[in-house]
Amino acid sequence: MSVFEGFKFRKVSSVVHDLDPRIKFFFVSVLFVMAILFTKLLALTVLFFIPLPFVFMAKVNRQWLRSLRGAAFLAIFIFATNFIFGYFSPASFQGITPPVDTLVEYLVLLERAAAMTLRFVVLIASFSVFFLTTSPDHLGLALQQSRIPYEFCFAFTTAVRFVPVLADEAQTIMDAQKARGLELERGNLLKRVKNYIPILIPLIVNAIRRSLELAESMESRAWGASEKRTNLYELKLKRADYILVLISVLMLLLAVYVWLYVSIPSLTTLLSL
Amino acid sequence: MIEVKDLYYTYPTGLEALKGISLTVNDGEFLAVMGQNGAGKTTLVKHFNGLLKPTKGEILVDGVSTRDVSVAQLARNVGFVFQNPDHQLFSETVEEEIVFALRNFGFEKAVIEKQVDWALNLLDVTQYRKTSPFMLSGGERKRVALASILAWDPQVIILDEPTIGQDHQQKEKLQQFILQLNAQKKTVIVVTHDVEFVAECSPRVILMSQGKIVVDGTAKKILTNPKVLAQASIVPPQITQIFLELADLGLPTDVIDVHEATKILLNRLRKRS
Repeated sequence: MSVFEGFKFRKVSSVVHDLDPRIKFFFVSVLFVMAILFTKLLALTVLFFIPLPFVFMAKVNRQWLRSLRGAAFLAIFIFATNFIFGYFSPASFQGITPPVDTLVEYLVLLERAAAMTLRFVVLIASFSVFFLTTSPDHLGLALQQSRIPYEFCFAFTTAVRFVPVLADEAQTIMDAQKARGLELERGNLLKRVKNYIPILIPLIVNAIRRSLELAESMESRAWGASEKRTNLYELKLKRADYILVLISVLMLLLAVYVWLYVSIPSLTTLLSL
Repeated sequence: MIEVKDLYYTYPTGLEALKGISLTVNDGEFLAVMGQNGAGKTTLVKHFNGLLKPTKGEILVDGVSTRDVSVAQLARNVGFVFQNPDHQLFSETVEEEIVFALRNFGFEKAVIEKQVDWALNLLDVTQYRKTSPFMLSGGERKRVALASILAWDPQVIILDEPTIGQDHQQKEKLQQFILQLNAQKKTVIVVTHDVEFVAECSPRVILMSQGKIVVDGTAKKILTNPKVLAQASIVPPQITQIFLELADLGLPTDVIDVHEATKILLNRLRKRS
């Protein structure tokens, strides 16, 4: 569940928390685009360091690290599959003439797998900062002010808000089934997957029940009665927001320039020089 | 026998839920754990079947430390009925729901069949044998959950808030049933807020507040002491409140049982006339 913890909003007073969620989302999206543009380990390593100052400024280091730890299993999986598939179909790699047999060729494969893993880590790291520092309320406001229909905004913020509730409930259900002798970590892979059925069914049934109850309680409080909704709070861009927009645009332009005109060397070639 | 020695427990979030609990629950004893929300009641009993392991201190169940054995091993002797049956029901039929735990504990097929018949009959749910547990009412689901625990006949039975959401008739039945279990020399531990229920069952009571045991004694001693009860935000049973308010008339102040109260009042009235 630690990966959920790394996406749960923490109320801290910081410059990053005060930034407009739309601008923060734009910044994170720029990082996303950059992570997709580049495939070289060197470039992705640089990208990994970009969200770090924000993590420190927002004082969410521990939670952020937790989200990375939570994603570790998936990261290892990505690394292993990339390496294995690369090994069996090496023809698509520059610098390798099949079959893979020399040390350099192995290093190329390893570097590629590491780069793909780092791409995933960069995405988790940047989106984690966004969710850790943006309250669900601000997120809802941001969506509304972006002219998205209120029904969708409400559904989205409710979903985000219920993630920790679901995580708590999953823990209780696990305890209840363990108390009836269920051993989650027992058996082969297939058996282990099957072990999760007694956890998932009550979780899904309860989530559906809760959503129906929520719908009834919202409707009994006249939800959707007025055509035009107004908000007590409105988001306004401040100086720090404009600075972040500028940084994001410059980063994007630089990234596109590098992608078009600069050939980034691979670590293997650099080291062999 | 369950021995709790200087138990401390801190949740991963940093919340210190138990602070130096020491307690012995003898075989065949009936214990009620009372206290306000967040006092640490459920956290304490979750240690008895190993769902939680002590941060500091030790718990011995029949002389074995809970740190050394798995939940599944402990659960064979310590049955835990969770507050909300919806956290455990997942099977297609009531019968399969009861079979689940028996299969986990490795019972033979013939024994499973016998125990299922016995448990269904015990909780009066035989008629729902082939019904989906999700189609049953709240009270019936609670009985199915209870049947699914009692089916493997554990020596210790822990019930977390058994009377919540039950109508008066169901509560009476449940009370009789719990007393019957205790009469069969089972150790029964009930976590509850329900003073009327405790007054009628008259078990040994421990009162908890802020992770500590405030007082340990008979139901009569504790439920008639408003000062001690106030520390755990609990009020005495209604019949006790009446007798406490009428203390000036020379009525005893240690009455918790309606039948006893009737007897005292009848005697008084007879003497007067």
